[in-house]
Amino acid sequence: MNKRFTATTRALAHSQLLIPLLAFFLLIVFNLIRDPSFFSVALVKNNLGNMVLSGNLISIIDNASELALLAIGMTLVTAASKGQDISVGAAATIAGSVFINVLRANDMSLPMILFAFLASCVVAMLFGAFNGTLVALFKIQPMIATLILYTAGRDIAYWINGGASPDLTDKTLTNYFGTFFPGIPIPTPILLVCVCLIIMALILKFTNLGLYAQAVGINENAARLNGIDPVRIKLLVFIILGICVALAGSVNVCRMGSLNHKTALLDIEMDAILAVAIGGNALIGGKFSMVGSVMGAYIIRALQTTLYAMEVSSDAIKAYKAVVIIAIVLIGSPVVKKYASLLFSKLRKNTAVVQTGDL
Amino acid sequence: MRIKRREPITDTNLLLIITVTIFVGMYALAMIVWGGGFLNPQQFLNIFNNNAHLIILSCGLTIVMIAGGIDISVGGLNLLVTLSCIVYLDDHSGSVIGAAGVALGVGLAFGLVQGVLISYLEMQPFIVTLAGMFFAKGVSTIIGGGPRTATNEAFLEIKNWTLRLPGIGSYGKAGNFVPAKIELGMIIALLVVAVIFIVLRWTRLGRNLYAIGGNSQSSLMLGINVKRTRFYSYFLCGLLAGIGGFVYLLHNGSGDPSNVAPIEMHAIAASIIGGSLLTGGVGNVVGTLLGVLSLKTITAIVVASGLTKPWWQSITTGAMLCFFIVLQSIVISRRGAGNAKLQFPPWLKFRRKKQPDE
Repeated sequence: MNKRFTATTRALAHSQLLIPLLAFFLLIVFNLIRDPSFFSVALVKNNLGNMVLSGNLISIIDNASELALLAIGMTLVTAASKGQDISVGAAATIAGSVFINVLRANDMSLPMILFAFLASCVVAMLFGAFNGTLVALFKIQPMIATLILYTAGRDIAYWINGGASPDLTDKTLTNYFGTFFPGIPIPTPILLVCVCLIIMALILKFTNLGLYAQAVGINENAARLNGIDPVRIKLLVFIILGICVALAGSVNVCRMGSLNHKTALLDIEMDAILAVAIGGNALIGGKFSMVGSVMGAYIIRALQTTLYAMEVSSDAIKAYKAVVIIAIVLIGSPVVKKYASLLFSKLRKNTAVVQTGDL
Repeated sequence: MRIKRREPITDTNLLLIITVTIFVGMYALAMIVWGGGFLNPQQFLNIFNNNAHLIILSCGLTIVMIAGGIDISVGGLNLLVTLSCIVYLDDHSGSVIGAAGVALGVGLAFGLVQGVLISYLEMQPFIVTLAGMFFAKGVSTIIGGGPRTATNEAFLEIKNWTLRLPGIGSYGKAGNFVPAKIELGMIIALLVVAVIFIVLRWTRLGRNLYAIGGNSQSSLMLGINVKRTRFYSYFLCGLLAGIGGFVYLLHNGSGDPSNVAPIEMHAIAASIIGGSLLTGGVGNVVGTLLGVLSLKTITAIVVASGLTKPWWQSITTGAMLCFFIVLQSIVISRRGAGNAKLQFPPWLKFRRKKQPDE
């Protein structure tokens, strides 16, 4: 019994999920001490007459949906290409503007929403393929390659919108996707993230994508010699990120009912990269954990909600966020880990000496 | 006896030549096609006057990129330094020298903390400097409270000081001669470029920066203190961001915490156009200076050519960036493969090869 317990703790200590779990746990404990009713979830009637869940916990998970969607794609890109895509916010704005313009040009109906989403998906995948081509074929570091779209992206969206910030005239149907479906008490974006995660888990389980992405990220030449085409894998992960980007952009438009090219999903690329890092993934590629990244996204949003609840002004939040980020990454840094393990082994030796002394 | 050809440590000449050619070509084309403002020396000098802070920040970023890192906190830091100086000058009625000290102090403190975290605690530079950017933007909101404009008189006197260049200038509408003027910020920026150029080319620290960026493992084997050198790169970048913030204040006289212009991305773009590689080991501050000039010239050309819609500036900047990045990648891969070497005639080379003895 004791042996199994130590084995589990040791496995946990070596797992990359330790840091995100610890951070999540600390945030929850901190909030419970500050305000015991912080996480209470209630069923209330919203203004459309539906019974829906409400509460801080639900709003954290709901608001983190776009971030979680992007973090899913970003994890794969990080693993395979040893770098990050900093253009996801701009690309999501482009996808969102395609989505909103298709909807505005046609009559609103459920198939039309699906069609608009598919259109935005195609556009986002094209931009993903553009980034992927630069990274895979021209061997440019991902951050530099995606800097192009980061610079131009939001203004391309402005161009598509024809120099305006459009809004949807009929918001009833899009509200189903942005907030609640009638009869379902859980916000739709949460369900979308769940569906995405399940699809991703199935893909990773039943195809070689995850394995190949890790192989390319760890050693590209070795992967090539083993018959994996690094160019195709890199292109593929960027296109998958494109689908995630289209989802995030469309969900954001459904939630807001409008699109402002300057403020929509602002700084989300930085948050997405942060989510990947907090999830315990190395930003230089290789092994990855999808669950860790999604958890990272929820941690970031929970932190933000906690700070809002403590009445920190929205601009000053960034400063506190930075301190917490540094603390989280510091605990996970290899140097600190080495010192900690040294300290633990010393302590264990001391206790062992005491025990043998007793005998 | 044959003298072996000495290879330079980093062969940045080719990328630099491309940047110089394209900038000169672009400006010459603009002078011929659109004339007008481009023929006025003041417009050329105004690129320096308006972007002195960007030149200084890009120099800092070039240093970090040569050492193989990345620093995206410079934009936020620029803002924080500007606002701390305004608060010090106006609310505490400080002196201008003191404000410069505040600027340097804030920059150095940031560089110190980020350098220690990245080089000695081995944290990922992107995450540390991202947190640095968030921290700087948040703190500048806390201390500034909103958009601020400096009203300190002693400071305004220095801010409005300009140097008139004798003999260079243009004729005004009334036919009078208007000598070209340069601001203090431009002088500081050019000084910084000169100093960093000397440091990178002729000092031990500079050569070490290239070495650890090119291959940190080999530099460690050769006895270079890799951690300390990496620390110095971030320290210098912080210092330059401090100077850049003060220069920004000298030109604009105001700071706005809600300003979302991504200066750090412009600085990265300028460094890339100037021939620096994010992988490290390659870069040149003169190229970076030309990178800033190219970035701003293309904006002026877009306006002059009649594409006045607000989105064209970013899109053309992106297109230009794309062109340079792809070009660099092709050049590097061609040279690395060694199959199709781009050879220049001897008269085009910066450093002439010694002819082998007979």
